[in-house]
Amino acid sequence: MKSRIAIWLGVTLALAAAPLLGDPPTPQQRGRAIAEEADRRHRGFVDSTANLRMMLRNRQGQSSQRELRIRALEVAGEGTKSLCIFDTPHDVKGTILLTHTHKNADDDQWLFLPALRRVRRIAAKNKSGSFMGSEYAYEDIAIQELEKYSYEWLRDETYDGNDCFVIERRPVDQANSGYSRQVVWIDKAEYRTWKVEYYDRKGDLLKTLTCRGYRRYADRLWRARETNMVNHQTGKSTQLIWSDFAFDTEQNELDFERSRLTLLR
Amino acid sequence: MRTLVVFSAWMLGAVAAGAGEWSGYASVEGRFFPHEPIYSDQDDHNGSIAAQPEYRHEWEDGSSFTFIPFARLDSADSERTHADIRELNYLYREDIWFFRLGIGKVFWGATEFVHLVDIVNQTDLVEHIDGEDKLGQPMLQFGISPSWGNIDVFLMPFFRERTYPGRDGRLRDRRIIDVDDPVYESSSEDRNVDLAVRYSHTIGSADFGVYLFRGTDRDPLLAPPSRINPADTDTTRLIPFYQQINQFGADLQVVTGNWLWKWEGYFRSGYLQDYFATVGGFEYTFFDVSGSGHDIGVLSEYTHNDRDDGGLTLFQNDLFVGARWTPNDAAGTQVLTGFAQDLEQSENLLTVEASRRFGEHWKLSLEAWLFLNSTPGSVLHSLRHDDFARLDLSYYF
Repeated sequence: MKSRIAIWLGVTLALAAAPLLGDPPTPQQRGRAIAEEADRRHRGFVDSTANLRMMLRNRQGQSSQRELRIRALEVAGEGTKSLCIFDTPHDVKGTILLTHTHKNADDDQWLFLPALRRVRRIAAKNKSGSFMGSEYAYEDIAIQELEKYSYEWLRDETYDGNDCFVIERRPVDQANSGYSRQVVWIDKAEYRTWKVEYYDRKGDLLKTLTCRGYRRYADRLWRARETNMVNHQTGKSTQLIWSDFAFDTEQNELDFERSRLTLLR
Repeated sequence: MRTLVVFSAWMLGAVAAGAGEWSGYASVEGRFFPHEPIYSDQDDHNGSIAAQPEYRHEWEDGSSFTFIPFARLDSADSERTHADIRELNYLYREDIWFFRLGIGKVFWGATEFVHLVDIVNQTDLVEHIDGEDKLGQPMLQFGISPSWGNIDVFLMPFFRERTYPGRDGRLRDRRIIDVDDPVYESSSEDRNVDLAVRYSHTIGSADFGVYLFRGTDRDPLLAPPSRINPADTDTTRLIPFYQQINQFGADLQVVTGNWLWKWEGYFRSGYLQDYFATVGGFEYTFFDVSGSGHDIGVLSEYTHNDRDDGGLTLFQNDLFVGARWTPNDAAGTQVLTGFAQDLEQSENLLTVEASRRFGEHWKLSLEAWLFLNSTPGSVLHSLRHDDFARLDLSYYF
């Protein structure tokens, strides 16, 4: 018993001392640290509301539009609860998508259908499906949980005038993601995401996301007001235009529960 | 009644003065029946128009006012030409409790093919044979959500009678349902105050609810007139008899990975008979089938009830299988097909529903029902010539 404690102490001390000894962090450790810092800066909004306009374009240039209201609520130590309330297309007006993300478990998801006043649970394990027929998959639009990827720092690079880290992230649950890996450009000054390349399961470049119009809210929260996703394999693209961001607005937590979705409509 | 009129007037006044918003739809529908009708009064096909505008006003504190009238004009069936107030209610919200007063709509349940436990609103059966259209129910709902779940209490002072196709309409029993002359067990008839209490909660990946309902059965017993009045020997009519029931119901939805498990059941104690009814099954979704972005869901459910008291139930001991195709396209295309097989009699039917959007405002729905096999004397047997295709074009605003 004593020797076991001694070994345990020894290992613990060795691990604790490792950084002091000046071992350079591995690319995995650097990647993870950058993602953690970006995550830390993105969070702490308590709750948020925003309006979202989606512009869908196909290869021929035809476009269609969707308007949504997005609300989110942070849950300490667990994840995020979010509501997407559809205003257009008109036939789905009042439809609400409720998502509870979890750090270490499958997310929970429900859809409220106003015509039947019915709340249906959705199998939310698979994230690769298109969100509203757009080029964004559910996994692109959901709030990213840190634990759902493994990370690796690739290089530092200037992107669009910003000094950036370039890191790679790979989904932990490969079977239920549409991607083998993503490459992300994050600036060193404020840890904002400027560009993401999505590689499909075969390893080919599938989509590129670019972010513009960053603005700082509540003195510390940076949010992009325009993001554009281009699908290189289909020629389609979807632009998201965000407006009316508000944070820490004392939202009713019950609005984010399945049983009370019917009160929102 | 007087208070209801005053209340309605007040609410309509709120609409007139309000800064809320209008939405809704107007639609044109055609139903095509390829076979000659069995009963001589029935028309071959029917065309109809319908509208359901929706007015909503929401206040900063989460309280809201909703008004949803509905009307349909039908070329063939005078019973199907009908209007209803689907909703006209005021919702008042505090942090963990609320009440809703007025005409409202509530759905309980989990399964896809039959909806057993859904009892608050009466079925608008003349609208569609699938029973998913509901009439507005006058109610006072009070709800509270402590940390251990949700409790909802419903007081329902006015009863709504079920609608049925009339003499000229297709998709009816061989006997006309005499909707003008219903009989009630309660001496207060359609003024009996019905009561329901429901507890619901979500624990992990399971959503469930249990409830107790005490009041007028939404699902009438259908009796030959001679049962009510021995002198009336007419065999071409059935009289709806609305009994008083106590019903205990429960519903459950569980998700495990790509599986969704669904179950509903109730025990009903009434005038003639006490019985148990249940339905349960699953839906499994194949996501992003071979990298196409399309999802395909397969579903199966089984329903059973011991009912033997003169309700016209289509499904007593039936197995359902179905498939749902969702291409996840910009037009929101959806296709759902289902097949029902009676496990006692050699009866079955097949349904297909498809819909897609055109532009920002238009939606086209196509639906077909095929009554493939039926046995003489059964409900389905009356429908054996009523295979139909329904085309609906709706403008949403």
